[in-house]
Amino acid sequence: MTKSYEEIPLTPISDTPSTVNITGLWRVMKPVVDKEKCKKCTICWKFCPDVAIKLVDGVPGIDYQYCKGCGICAAECPSKCIVMVKEGEQ
Amino acid sequence: MGKTTIPEDEFTYPGSTGCPGCGANLVMRYLLKGLGERTIVSIPACCWAVMPGYWPSNCLKVPLLYTAFEATGAAISGLRAALDVKGVNDVTVVGFAGDGGTVDIGLQALSGAAERRTDAIYVMYDNEAYMNTGIQRSGSTPWGAWTTTTPVGSSHGFKHETKKDIMAIMQAHRIPYAATVSPAFPEDFIKKVEKAKSIKGLRFIHALSPCPPGWRTNPSLSVEIARLAVDTRVFPLYEIEDGKVRITRKGKGLPLVEYLKVQGRFQHLTEQEISEMQKGVDDSWIMLLLKESSGT
Amino acid sequence: MVMTGNYASAYGAKLARAEVIAAYPITPQTSIVEKLAEFVATGELKAKFIPVESEHSAMAACIAAQTAGARTYTATSSHGLTLMHEVLMWASGARLPIVMTNVSRAMAPPWSVWVDHMDSIAQRDTGWLQFFCQSNQEVLDTIIMAYKVCESAGVMLPAMIIEDAFILSHTSEPVDVPEQQLVDSFLPAYSPDLKIEVGKAYGFGSLVKPDQYMEFRYKAMLAMKEAHDRILRVEQEFKHVFGREHGGLLERYRCEDAETVLVTAGSVAGTAKDVVDALRATGQRVGLARIRAFRPFPHDEIRSLASKLEGIAVLDRSYTFGAAGAMFTEVKASVYSCQRRPVMKNYIAGLGGRDITPKILERIFEDIQVIAKRGAEDEVEWVDVAGLPRRWR
Repeated sequence: MTKSYEEIPLTPISDTPSTVNITGLWRVMKPVVDKEKCKKCTICWKFCPDVAIKLVDGVPGIDYQYCKGCGICAAECPSKCIVMVKEGEQ
Repeated sequence: MGKTTIPEDEFTYPGSTGCPGCGANLVMRYLLKGLGERTIVSIPACCWAVMPGYWPSNCLKVPLLYTAFEATGAAISGLRAALDVKGVNDVTVVGFAGDGGTVDIGLQALSGAAERRTDAIYVMYDNEAYMNTGIQRSGSTPWGAWTTTTPVGSSHGFKHETKKDIMAIMQAHRIPYAATVSPAFPEDFIKKVEKAKSIKGLRFIHALSPCPPGWRTNPSLSVEIARLAVDTRVFPLYEIEDGKVRITRKGKGLPLVEYLKVQGRFQHLTEQEISEMQKGVDDSWIMLLLKESSGT
Repeated sequence: MVMTGNYASAYGAKLARAEVIAAYPITPQTSIVEKLAEFVATGELKAKFIPVESEHSAMAACIAAQTAGARTYTATSSHGLTLMHEVLMWASGARLPIVMTNVSRAMAPPWSVWVDHMDSIAQRDTGWLQFFCQSNQEVLDTIIMAYKVCESAGVMLPAMIIEDAFILSHTSEPVDVPEQQLVDSFLPAYSPDLKIEVGKAYGFGSLVKPDQYMEFRYKAMLAMKEAHDRILRVEQEFKHVFGREHGGLLERYRCEDAETVLVTAGSVAGTAKDVVDALRATGQRVGLARIRAFRPFPHDEIRSLASKLEGIAVLDRSYTFGAAGAMFTEVKASVYSCQRRPVMKNYIAGLGGRDITPKILERIFEDIQVIAKRGAEDEVEWVDVAGLPRRWR
């Protein structure tokens, strides 16, 4: 929706967090965490480029709204407890 | 268990429009973890000018100044001068530019900022080509790489010029601190950022930034590739503090081919070419060791 | 005091309390920057001086500093100005009230350090206010006025104050330097609504899609329009405080009952005024209209002037290849909508520092008066070019 010239600032000033961009819609593959196997090493959280992993008591929760499915978390997990599955499957 | 090895506070939001597996996302994330909230970032034309999203989206939790392509060195000088004249002295000024915007079009302004001892941190995130415009070669593209302007099979045939040594250029400017960092080693990365933050003057950080579309790699391998770069010594991790070289991670010394074989941009290389590249890496590594041991 | 135009610029910036000055040397601007460096070194001016490594960086540094809330100033000339072209557009798109002196000088090749207006005219699309000065006093005064005009909320656009190379920049004239206190009472500190600062995670200058870009440009257009009225108002305020003015956007000299008028800009207008006086003494009904503000262009003023005239001569000290002189083109465009249109002719003169003598101006007045009666054959004539049949000296 184009804003009227009267409603915009003089120059484009970005003041809204990028959480408006639902990048989870880009996904082709998605990571699934086996929380039982998880050793709470926090490495997946450390390497997520999109800040789409939140740690709860050391266990990763994937924020599927933003996760792009890059697969770095699965590739870096030392315990191999993250698997990439096709989006839409479980 | 459950304890993180790097600071937990985040200074970037999800929703950045970087590619899946973007190394530059990690570079910014670790940089801001090391610098904290009292930071102003200046970004020229590059991938990161687009990644915060269309107006009014901003994926940084710190203020951000967008600038013209070649202007980063000048912009950080201007920002610092304004802060100084207003008596604000507890803010870190950062110039965050790509390799093209640093070693090519941005080199003059960076050189000026370094010579003037501008009190700022300049971070070059190096994805080794003009990625934002579609993978054209830059002065930082390594010898042997395919890019759209050094395509394979043309009369030119892949890039035949060696990568500009920006760390040597910065050393020649006698700045107080310069360091290479890799997103595969966030603890080393953030430690260097924290050290840089504590020093006054122009500090330079050269961050390797793997790029899946530009390097023709699987996005899930971006961290592994950033690790292999260090372990094959193509991108050694070191600091130059007051002119003295100190290697911070020796790396495993793996054969270069381990790094090359997972990247589509090197697939055309012959064994002969790879062994020439290996020799180049070996020679540079020896030079670096010599620099370190001789105290220069 | 008696001082050069360059020193007048330096005193103007000092009195305006510029806080960040980023500049690169180029003939014949150098003494502006040297004087300011001296002011900063002695502490007379509390500012940060950044000796940048190119003019492009000078403007880029000013943009960054201005965004962070500092009042900035720079100066350049000719190739320095054209090198800045990319970032001139950035400064106005970012709506930053930067003030700059351009010492208008010819472009190379051929190399020339002398006056003409091509460098300044080539920036007419950048969204900067442009003031052409006739005297050193005007240079100093206009810098102070420009900050006030540009920093007002309805404007927020940058301005360039144009001095003719060597004729103003290096020639000494009497200049009244007002007291700092008086200037402070006229020009308050720069305090923008929004600036880049820690605590507000804003991005300045973001990416915008086609469905939103035009609205930003429209706002800038409205600001340039507002600048027209603001220039007049600020000048009245200036007159009230300092006791002088310089003629608004279009200074009219003896135009009230004129039949033909010469329109021009810069220092040559001073010579033209003397020529007007001499011709008036012989009974010719001539006048001089000096374009003081080229941007925003004084369309209304030209229109109201033109409707009473038989002929208008426009002297351009620059040329837009493939078209005509830029000032002529814009004056002509203003006149198009008049009910009664005078005959108009463009005289291209004084490029590369070629002297525009009183004799040449007399001949131009002679020519336009003849043409006003019988119409122009050629709309554009280059004056005093060796090899052309017509003699002007």
